[in-house]
Amino acid sequence: MDSPGSQAIDCDVHAVLPSIEALLPFLPAYWREQIGQTGFKGPTGRWYPPGLPTSERPGLRPADGSPAASRVEHIQRDVLGQAPHPSHAILNCDCAVESLHNPDAASAVSGALNEWIAAAWLAADARLRASIVVPSQFPELAVQEINRRAGNPGFVQVLLPVRSEAPYGSRNFRPVFAAAARHGLPVALHYGGLPGNPPTPVGWPSFYLEEYAGMTGVFQTQLISIIAGGVFDEHPGLRLVLAEGGFAWLPAMLWRFDKNWKGLRREIPWVRRPPSDYVREHVRLTTAPADAPEDPAQFRDVVAQLGSDAMLLYASDYPHAHGDSASDAVWSGLSAELRGKIMSANARALYKL
Amino acid sequence: MVDCDIHNHLTEDAVSKYLPKKWRDYDRQFGRRMTPGDFYPKATPMASRTDAWPPGGGPPGSDLAFLRKQLLDAWPIEVGILNTLISVRNQFRDYDAALATAANACQVAEWLAPEPRLRASLLVPYEDAALAVAEIRRHAGDRRFVQVLIPSRTSEPLGQRKYWPIFAAAAESGLPIGIHFGGWSGGHPISGAGWPTYYLEYHTGMIQTFQAHLISLVCEGVFEEFPGLKIVFIEGGLAWIAPLLWRLDRSWRQLKAENPNLRRAPSEYVRGHFWLTTQPIEEPPEPSQFAGMISGLGMDDRLLFSTDYPHWDFDNPDSALSSFPGPSLRQKVRRDNARALYRLD
Repeated sequence: MDSPGSQAIDCDVHAVLPSIEALLPFLPAYWREQIGQTGFKGPTGRWYPPGLPTSERPGLRPADGSPAASRVEHIQRDVLGQAPHPSHAILNCDCAVESLHNPDAASAVSGALNEWIAAAWLAADARLRASIVVPSQFPELAVQEINRRAGNPGFVQVLLPVRSEAPYGSRNFRPVFAAAARHGLPVALHYGGLPGNPPTPVGWPSFYLEEYAGMTGVFQTQLISIIAGGVFDEHPGLRLVLAEGGFAWLPAMLWRFDKNWKGLRREIPWVRRPPSDYVREHVRLTTAPADAPEDPAQFRDVVAQLGSDAMLLYASDYPHAHGDSASDAVWSGLSAELRGKIMSANARALYKL
Repeated sequence: MVDCDIHNHLTEDAVSKYLPKKWRDYDRQFGRRMTPGDFYPKATPMASRTDAWPPGGGPPGSDLAFLRKQLLDAWPIEVGILNTLISVRNQFRDYDAALATAANACQVAEWLAPEPRLRASLLVPYEDAALAVAEIRRHAGDRRFVQVLIPSRTSEPLGQRKYWPIFAAAAESGLPIGIHFGGWSGGHPISGAGWPTYYLEYHTGMIQTFQAHLISLVCEGVFEEFPGLKIVFIEGGLAWIAPLLWRLDRSWRQLKAENPNLRRAPSEYVRGHFWLTTQPIEEPPEPSQFAGMISGLGMDDRLLFSTDYPHWDFDNPDSALSSFPGPSLRQKVRRDNARALYRLD
């Protein structure tokens, strides 16, 4: 997609941790010793299968066998150095800290990851910004980690894996949203996560295709929960980013959600406006993948049904490739003004760039 | 008009009369140990219309005469499909099987025999395929049972092979599988991200059970194995389907090496094998968006009108049907699609 007006901002770029060894310099002595003595490898679980284009575009793997997107030079060459030549890129480091049951381990690994991101990425290129990795399964520790990083202007949002053991609107997560709001940081829910419970309401699917395509259902759950729980009523300035989850599913879900709110709002009296109002005001979605129809007119309808020009954020999702049906040609069917917002202005306003 | 989702309520006493003594004693001594109870207040008593309590007593949907008066006679309903929601998913499968058999016998004697406008979905102990198949065979040839009922909250995604004998028996008997909102999964939370806090979340998010089943049934190759199988999503909504198919088709093109059994795009299997009931009818901010959604869905011959009587979110035929554009489509939704699917001749 071209970028009329100001320079593009890429709102979902992955920084991949090559191995736990990269974190050793940033871990406390106790955890270095544990790793040395027990062979503990940290959160090694991966929700991205190793050999698929949706995890790593073919041809990107460096000659030394290290993962793509594991060094700042990869981002400089493949993201910042390529069209649409973004002025900034937001790094999301997917690492399954939510899979760790030991709270001290989860906290230490999150802290080390953020130190590594600050040292190896943010300090190396002024165009980079990053999300704060938190031990999302331990809200108190997550708050501590947010407080530790919020002073570094390179960290511009809080990252939560969309999969969780309890929906994020539940009362126990409220301190995490409060901390993000206090520091003026958006919260991003990103594709994936390894909390241990199945990713569907009916148990474990057999195929990755099921988990991958069905992840939109988990995004829907979280969005419903966060609005019903009154998170935005408590924190009117809070913004929520849904990353790598598509956006074409949203209008249909809001039809149902608004209708049910009319019928059932006595149960959640603090939610005083239709849910779609909250979504337009508080929620942003990244563009990769779009999972929108290939027909340009139908695509324009879906984008229009979002109901606000401020909601979409351009993302390359490097190094993933989704083979998206929403081609450049489809995006070109939108007005230049709207494309400018999606490519640049919406993210500039959100991240205060 | 055909109403494809009516909830008759079989009270415990009503079902108990049809249980053999052994299970009647069990029922009395141990009871139906299944769900952990109500998680939260649910809209209205028994999630029902407040005017649906029969004047003669008993819960909504338990009195045939009152159901006739309030629904069947109030609109020109020539056929109504009963989906009774008693749980046949307890912890003891033999008991589930006995309950299903008794409930089906009760439906025949107290609902289908006295009221020729009614048909019913067959209850089966769906988490044990062998017992479910026996129940399907027991009623083979009784055209008053028009489909096999499975609640949407199952223990595994429905494409999994443990359910395949049920599909084989249903396809052999020419019965669709009706998957209805709700049920008890036996432990999985109601969402893919744990237990929600409010009924509003449960009710809005139940769509995700249907999404998981649609994806599973397609991806496991169920329709390659059972080309005659028909699936009806009951009370599962319509509007989410086209967006999910955009995503699923695109994902399949990228990831199809994983399951070579799938020879066609997922959307082709869905459009070839799925039917959808209309309640609760989606209400976009602009009515024209509803027509656009229906046209993008491309399943005009698969839409089945339903009221969900006597529940609180009942769709009134007078207003719900008017959402569908054009007299020809309205006629299909109101009557013709259901008559063809359920062979109501």
